[in-house]
Amino acid sequence: MSAALPQNPSRRSVLKGLGMAVLAAGPLSACAFGSDDKPANNGPTGTVSANNPLGVAANAPLEVVIFKGGLGDAYATEVHEPMYKKAYPEATIKHMPTQQISQTMQPRFASGDVPDVIANSGSDVMDNGALASEGQLLDLTPLFDAPAIGGSGKVRDGLLPGTVEAGILSGKPYLMKYIYTVYGLWYDQALFEKNSWTPATTFEEFDALLGKIKAAGLKPYAYAGKNASYYQYWMIAITAAKIAGNQVLIDMDNLKEGVWTSEPVLKAATAWAEIGKKYLDPSFEGLTHTEVQTAQNQGQIGFYPSGSWLENEQKEQTPATFKYGLTPTPSVTSSDKLPFGAVRAAAGEAYIIPAKAKNPQGGLEYMRMMLSKEGARGFSEKTGNITVVKGAADGLPLSPGTKASNDALNKAGDNIITYNLFEDWYKEFETELRAKTNALMFGRITPDQFCKDVQAKADAVRNDSAVTKQNRTS
Amino acid sequence: MRMPRGGARFVISFLALPIIIYVIFVIAPYLQAFYLALTDWKGITASPKFVGFKNFEVLFSDSVFWKAVLHHGILLLVLPLVTLIIALFFAFLLNMGAGTKGVRGSRFYQAVFFFPQVLAVAVIGVLFQAMYRPDKGGVLNGLLDLVGVEPIGWLTKPNLALWMLIAVLVWQAVGFYVVLFAAGMASIPKEIVEAAQLDGCSKGRMFFQVTLPLLWDTMQVAWVYLGIAAFDGFAIVQVLSVDRGGPDGSTTVLPLEIWRNAFTFSKYGYASAMGVALFVLSLTFAVLTLRVTRRERIEY
Repeated sequence: MSAALPQNPSRRSVLKGLGMAVLAAGPLSACAFGSDDKPANNGPTGTVSANNPLGVAANAPLEVVIFKGGLGDAYATEVHEPMYKKAYPEATIKHMPTQQISQTMQPRFASGDVPDVIANSGSDVMDNGALASEGQLLDLTPLFDAPAIGGSGKVRDGLLPGTVEAGILSGKPYLMKYIYTVYGLWYDQALFEKNSWTPATTFEEFDALLGKIKAAGLKPYAYAGKNASYYQYWMIAITAAKIAGNQVLIDMDNLKEGVWTSEPVLKAATAWAEIGKKYLDPSFEGLTHTEVQTAQNQGQIGFYPSGSWLENEQKEQTPATFKYGLTPTPSVTSSDKLPFGAVRAAAGEAYIIPAKAKNPQGGLEYMRMMLSKEGARGFSEKTGNITVVKGAADGLPLSPGTKASNDALNKAGDNIITYNLFEDWYKEFETELRAKTNALMFGRITPDQFCKDVQAKADAVRNDSAVTKQNRTS
Repeated sequence: MRMPRGGARFVISFLALPIIIYVIFVIAPYLQAFYLALTDWKGITASPKFVGFKNFEVLFSDSVFWKAVLHHGILLLVLPLVTLIIALFFAFLLNMGAGTKGVRGSRFYQAVFFFPQVLAVAVIGVLFQAMYRPDKGGVLNGLLDLVGVEPIGWLTKPNLALWMLIAVLVWQAVGFYVVLFAAGMASIPKEIVEAAQLDGCSKGRMFFQVTLPLLWDTMQVAWVYLGIAAFDGFAIVQVLSVDRGGPDGSTTVLPLEIWRNAFTFSKYGYASAMGVALFVLSLTFAVLTLRVTRRERIEY
């Protein structure tokens, strides 16, 4: 910790005067990464063949570290590790589950004794950006360029759009993002069937449908203003992208001049503000996401904007009769650039291979098996989540919500709306956007004002030399 | 009086440890914050760039900062005043409202009034979340619903939210000052009270002309404590307010902005500058209060 403190003459001299400097700095200075400059070893290699394109040494041991959280670790011990064992019977696999990735892995990174594959997840996740900039991660390009198992073409060809890109740090694919999250409007299929409501494809239909739901005594639309107003600005961004394509979102991330005041964003904000004005109960501004989501489970709410983790998050509160369904956001105009079926989807949950792994080829091969249809299908069976592998979950007995996500993805095809990176890049901007989203949706400012205010903040951040700027091209 | 030989050394040896601890954990961080306020530190690099007073220039033209300062101004006026009036009223009732003994069961009431003080701030936050819940599930709105009033967004109306938060702060603080004043009143000599009563002094007059002047020292301390509390408010605002300091920044306070700038925006240098501003504000307040309210002490 103390290595992170700045040089501070006044503090130094004060402490020195007291003879306490050593006491204060000594035991705390054990920092995250040691100065182990051992060059990345290439590990043992075997003969490259059609079945072994990465040249794995058949007898080299493999160590796999899995974050054992909501997904469990059965997908590794019962699916991926047996696959590896079957292909390389001579190899011994060491499986290590942990709930504290950072606490168990950082000391090992410091000493250079690292495993071959890590599921870097959970609340104690290691900072991938820091690992990459310290040269601790293996470039996964060979994995994505290797031939896919049991399919034709390369591994990267069998993945859903945006998967490889989601794992790029400073220009190189260091992360293998495995789970695919789909965003949209969630509702109770059973409730909708009972009332013969069908999700709308245009904002006009949406308006009419929400009117019907309201007439039935429900709150037709809700999001949690107290702590999750970003769920709502996602919808505004998604709608803007539907109108004018992904470039709008890329421009937002690049803090481009005038993007928030541009016509697609203004149209999207206007469409959603209208929904807010007519159908959003003012009490939702003061409720948390848990409270609103539970109210939906109790049959009080029509649509709720969120991502595909929702069903799993609400498992405890959801009655058996409740069946999560997902619909894409409605279209604004008939000349929208993206079709109604377009959904925002993004790859998440990073798996990494340390640059100094003892068996990096084995690690890459293990990931290649994870990304095979068989491996991905097994993962979906064990965890109920869909992976980045195209069509791997088709035909599986999935939960209603997961099936809805999978169907939405299949319908969307290549019309995938990109994720906004400003959420991680420019927190100050993001905080302002949250506040303005509430103000817009609960009718305190006009769409015009919303666009102007948000653009003003974007301009301020762009002109703030103290903020490190990022850039994306796709 | 001369100290016995070796006495000074003896006293110093006892004082050294607390002073060293104080210097390390209070003075040194303060000095460090003053230094950081002049840098652009982002919390990562080992050697931040020195930027002079740039953080303060930005700060003084930052509308969020001024909004927070305004809220502290309101808190500073309302919180001590309302708390002191309520606490004095209760304490007077408990002690001499009915004769010199106070109302029946006054000790019980004192304990009850003190309860909020024992609760952790997080507990109070959760408690008032239930009180202020903006739909019919809330305690207040549930009661209103019984008489047919539509739910009120206690914390979602920008004009109302800050006042509702001040109410929580007052509720939390009153008990402590009731006990403090009750103790102060109990230590007022019986002779003075009895003499006043014999002279036919009414209860109201007794309060203003006997109790209050004799409680002046306690009041002064209470005012400074509450004033300093008015420069905080972080936990309650953070837990209860919409979007942390909202809606539209209508409840934000400086400690919250410091926290946000440091831990969310990674602008540690700027956050430190805010911290310095807060330090100056609270110090000025404390010094001014002690100066302005200085009076001749009544010895008894």
